[in-house]
Amino acid sequence: MKFLKRYVLFIFIVILDVIILLTNKELGINIFLNTSKNFLDMLEVIPPIFLLLGLLDVWVPRETIIKYLGENSGITGIVLSIFLGAAAAGPLYGAFPIAGVMIKKGARFSNILIFLGAWSTLKIPMFLFEMSSLGYKFAVTRWIVDVVGIIIIAMLIDRLVNNEEKEKIFKKHTA
Amino acid sequence: MFTAVLYCISLSFLAFSFFKDKKKTKEALAKCWKSFENILPPFAGVLALIGLVLTVLTPDLISKIIGAKTGFLGMFITSIIGAITLVPGFVAFPLAASLLQKGAGVMQIAVFISTLMMVGLVTMPLEVSYFGKKTTILRNLLSYIFSFIVAFIIGMVVS
Repeated sequence: MKFLKRYVLFIFIVILDVIILLTNKELGINIFLNTSKNFLDMLEVIPPIFLLLGLLDVWVPRETIIKYLGENSGITGIVLSIFLGAAAAGPLYGAFPIAGVMIKKGARFSNILIFLGAWSTLKIPMFLFEMSSLGYKFAVTRWIVDVVGIIIIAMLIDRLVNNEEKEKIFKKHTA
Repeated sequence: MFTAVLYCISLSFLAFSFFKDKKKTKEALAKCWKSFENILPPFAGVLALIGLVLTVLTPDLISKIIGAKTGFLGMFITSIIGAITLVPGFVAFPLAASLLQKGAGVMQIAVFISTLMMVGLVTMPLEVSYFGKKTTILRNLLSYIFSFIVAFIIGMVVS
């Protein structure tokens, strides 16, 4: 029963896929092919990421994270969060587990949000590719506006989410 | 390529860690497995959802919808498509470039790119499991609104 509850979304989608397969065979087969490709892609990237996370968790002391990304890290924390996010690669959901460890290690809430924002919009490899396909004016403008935007969004969410809720999020990762 | 580098880095860290402290390395591996096991249920759900949505909404279909509409309605449509789908940048940028050549507006494309990157409706269950409902909804909502601001500014600079 607990298993069913945990996998409710997955089971629901698979049932939906089967219904589509029964009504439209070609579309259904394509869905199954694409879905299994997604899983294979994930299985390729996920093991090293989680391995790094496990090592990070054990080796990097909480004090280090607090010093550079914690409550009193100021501008350094903001710049470092942007840099960490921008240096990354991969889809945004790859950032969630990393952000989880950062929360656990005492990084400031707004810095976590800046990290997520930078990961989603400022990635350097993607920026280079964007310049070549959409032109430098488009790419550079977007990059500059996004830097300002993600900081503002992070500050806003930081204000709107109260301490009790932050405590709850923190507990999710320390339990 | 990226994956190969990632494997090299993490495996060499693992070897280094093992060399320095076996007990700590064991602990790290246990933590690694536990965090993976924790996240697997919503992750599997999201991957299945992406498989379903991206098959039904082909780039072809997306391009038809964007190409046909203009103005604010066009932006609204592209923003919704961008918010739902999760096309990797390496697919999205060439798609956006070809749409621009076919006469789609810069603002429509800009809002599409921005929501594509920042707003993830299909990954929301996963995000909630990490950051809770309120933060997730706020982040996605504010990013959605912000995408329009980015698009207007890009529209002014580029055209």
